[in-house]
Amino acid sequence: MNYTILVIAFRYIRFILVFFSILTLFRGHNLPGGGFIGGLMASGAFIFQALALGVQSSKNSLRIKPSKLIASGLFLAILSTLPGFFAKGVFFAGTWVKIPLLFGATLKLGTPLLFDTGVYLSVTGVVLLLIFTLMEEWKWN
Amino acid sequence: MMIALPILFPLFMAVLLLMNRSHNYQKVVGIAGSLFTFGIALALFVTVQRCGIQVLQAGGWEAPYGITLVVDKLSALMLLISGFIGVAVAVYAASFVPSALISGRFYLFFHSLMMGVNGAFITGDVFNLYVWFEVMLMSSFVLITLGSKRIQLKGGIKYLSMNLLASLFFLAGIGLLYGKTGTLNMAHLADILRNDSHPLLMNTSAMLFFVGFGIKAAVFPFFFWLPSSYYTPPVAITAFFAALLTKVGVYAMIRFFTLFFVQDPIFWHNLLLAIAGLTMLIGGMAAASQYEIRQILSFHIISQIGYMIFGLGVFTPLAIAGAVYFMIHNMLAKTNTFLIAGLIHRMRGTYQLKSMGGLYKSYPLLAVLFLIPAFALAGVPPLPGFFGKLFLIKAGFEAGRFLVSGVAVVTGILTLFSMIKIWNEAFFKQSPTEIHEECQHEKLRFAELLPSIMLASGTLALGLGAGYLYDFFIEMGEQLLDSTQYINLVLNK
Amino acid sequence: MEMELMLALLIGILFTVGVYLLLRRSVLKLVLGIIFIGNAINLIIFVASGLVAGKPPFVTGQEPEPEMADPLPQALILTAIVISFGIVAFTLALKYKYFSLTNTDDLDQLTETENE
Repeated sequence: MNYTILVIAFRYIRFILVFFSILTLFRGHNLPGGGFIGGLMASGAFIFQALALGVQSSKNSLRIKPSKLIASGLFLAILSTLPGFFAKGVFFAGTWVKIPLLFGATLKLGTPLLFDTGVYLSVTGVVLLLIFTLMEEWKWN
Repeated sequence: MMIALPILFPLFMAVLLLMNRSHNYQKVVGIAGSLFTFGIALALFVTVQRCGIQVLQAGGWEAPYGITLVVDKLSALMLLISGFIGVAVAVYAASFVPSALISGRFYLFFHSLMMGVNGAFITGDVFNLYVWFEVMLMSSFVLITLGSKRIQLKGGIKYLSMNLLASLFFLAGIGLLYGKTGTLNMAHLADILRNDSHPLLMNTSAMLFFVGFGIKAAVFPFFFWLPSSYYTPPVAITAFFAALLTKVGVYAMIRFFTLFFVQDPIFWHNLLLAIAGLTMLIGGMAAASQYEIRQILSFHIISQIGYMIFGLGVFTPLAIAGAVYFMIHNMLAKTNTFLIAGLIHRMRGTYQLKSMGGLYKSYPLLAVLFLIPAFALAGVPPLPGFFGKLFLIKAGFEAGRFLVSGVAVVTGILTLFSMIKIWNEAFFKQSPTEIHEECQHEKLRFAELLPSIMLASGTLALGLGAGYLYDFFIEMGEQLLDSTQYINLVLNK
Repeated sequence: MEMELMLALLIGILFTVGVYLLLRRSVLKLVLGIIFIGNAINLIIFVASGLVAGKPPFVTGQEPEPEMADPLPQALILTAIVISFGIVAFTLALKYKYFSLTNTDDLDQLTETENE
């Protein structure tokens, strides 16, 4: 089945959802936001595609299997515990790196961001795995 | 760092197991992972023995603010034994869990269950404990319904709804506790509550915790979900559940009621003893009336939980030591009896005692293997069940708790009766003629017997070495009852 | 103070609804009941740890403000919500499987297959 409105809306909303999900992920440490809500938004984009164009098309544009997404997210989360241990001798401690950019701005990257990215990936993976499985089970389209 | 490994390593295994679905890969990684988890637990145990209680403040946030991980003697021992059982069950599952379920990621949920259990043993924070309980429950929900047969769904729904309710009680307790004390760190709680002058106010949240853990540990008024759900999944999963899940509930109860809910001892100890007596007696009587092996064993779990609660209720170092010793023995022996029930099923094609028999004649080795855990559970000297009950009943008499101690003795006789029933019906009786031809000639491979041999030797070591281990367990009991060391280490005083 | 009373009443109502639904025989209502009770308990954590009106739980400027909401209960509730999200997803999948196997939502329909 083809829902014209959904298909056209999808073209525009996809970018907004993905963009804002990444924005939410990056502002997450000190302000409201973070990996969990960002992951939900990102998976929203793919669910939208699955509703508009079918599960298969959504799976194709995801390229990686949701279960692998969960695995890589968990792996990043495990990885984020280690720098604190090696740099400060304290397990899970937040460790930051400052990278100077142009015009005097600095980019501050740290293990909380790495952990949040892990959460982001695994939440996206979990939600998509759930939704795809259910949609395929119900023969959505 | 090492303290966090029992949690991180199973998580890493879960990552590895997610990467590939092939049957052999899952088996190899699953078994190797369980071996490594056991190795980590062993190293941690040795460290705790040598250097005392180990504390880790995650992220370097000091105690009442961050999440604390603490390994004391009790935690280290529980980690060690659950790692050991993990190895046995992982090996057993490789040949007994249907291969469709192994590619259906049995080992993934096995390791995440392991992570939840280890996390629950290690954590020193009440809310963190809740999170590990949920990790454990989530994996166990998947494991109990893995394969989704009709009967599993039926058991699964009962298991799921009761355990979710238990978690909700637990969470409500956390809310009230935080409202009253403003902290959730166990050591900080203990520090605050030991000088608390309003025991009644704390009893509301203590009761919520007690009900939550009581449902999980399957004590008397809340036990009915256990026998109606534990027998439904493949027997390797049942064995794993029987070893770990209820015991985590008992562990949490021991931790809470020795560390910080100690302001109103008269009320709590009497309640614990009353519940312990009823749990023992009713579990034992129900087991005696059953004729399905897995049902008998499931009801046994309940009656044995009663002994552990009994030890907690008597509340002397000897009693706590006895409770922990009994718990360790029970984990080893109970897993083993379930594994052997699976072996019997493989050879006779049934779990019904009425339609089996003659196993002693055809498989004497299996009979001996069954005899060790069964007699251990029944309390025959020199096996560990005898010493466990001896410690507990001695402590009970010394504390003047004659009635409950008497109940414990009677329950021991009931246990002996139902173990002898399994022995008579399955092993000694003439085999009924209508055994299926295809089941009769199956030989057991060594790999299938290995887990039972491992666990049986563990049981024997625990029993024969009881004299050497006595000091260790008494020290553990004293460490649990005198929590100043724990509090000072965690709060860095 | 009035807000706390209102929330306490709301918790009571949510519990009532939840317990009522739990006692039905339908699996779907069981799930709904668990969701209701879960929400009631999240509110318990929220109320028990003290209500602060109109203050954020995080530091917005350079200096910590004199009065801010306690962030911990909010973190606890968020965690509890995430956990219950997973559990509800699993329970619904279980319910779906149950329905496709038995063609009924009634818990009692399963009892006839006791000796399988």
